[in-house]
Amino acid sequence: MADPMKIRANVIGDSTEVKVLMNHEMETGQRKDAQGTTIPAWFIQNVKVTHNDKVVLAAQWGPAVAKNPFLSFKFKGGAKGDKVKITWVDNHNDTRTDEVAIA
Amino acid sequence: MDTSRRQALKGGGGITLFALLAAAGWLAPEDAAGADAWNKNAFETKSMDETMKALGGGTPAQSKDITFFSTPDIAENGAVVPIGITSAVPKTESIAIMVEKNPNMLAAVFEIPAGTEPTLSTRIKMAQTSNVYALVKADGKYYVASKEIKVTLGGCGG
Repeated sequence: MADPMKIRANVIGDSTEVKVLMNHEMETGQRKDAQGTTIPAWFIQNVKVTHNDKVVLAAQWGPAVAKNPFLSFKFKGGAKGDKVKITWVDNHNDTRTDEVAIA
Repeated sequence: MDTSRRQALKGGGGITLFALLAAAGWLAPEDAAGADAWNKNAFETKSMDETMKALGGGTPAQSKDITFFSTPDIAENGAVVPIGITSAVPKTESIAIMVEKNPNMLAAVFEIPAGTEPTLSTRIKMAQTSNVYALVKADGKYYVASKEIKVTLGGCGG
């Protein structure tokens, strides 16, 4: 099981700012280890952010997203205490979902 | 004549299958929007034209309404390059980040549903000094803006 994400969601004016830091290797499949064998690709492919079961952001990522990906965006609405849920799926079909209450 | 008929049949078949899947509840509406599907073809492209083809668009128009923010001119470490993109194009549906000289050009695609601001920031890897493109899809049309980022230490290989 993958490590948890760090999520922060704050109300700013009439919108909510979400900042998330995921824990993932994001191996590109381009690198080689000391023996010269290629390290297989391992990266997050899909990310979905929902607020009260409504999708507020969906993303498809390639291996060019940096290790331990960071993402920040804003959506309209959202009140203190509402839940923001983030799910990612990587190319090994491993998945992780974390939830945070808007502060 | 025969070829075009075949293509039409093929295309039609694809749509029917998709519609059937959606109707059968295999694909929830948000999945159909690309949330759970990963566009393998698009992520394996190596040039702008190929990427546009894989994403299903034509040549994007240059736009001054797309701006980069908190994005460096010179990145010391190509493994972590902060990128911020904001789009002032009305009805922005999606924002994609492409790096011209990476092994595969497309880095990320973000679907922006109504109610979400077309502004986001993330961090990407860059193999070497290159142009970075912000591709915005708005109202079915594609717009693009670019910025050159110099990399002093590459993010891939090694």
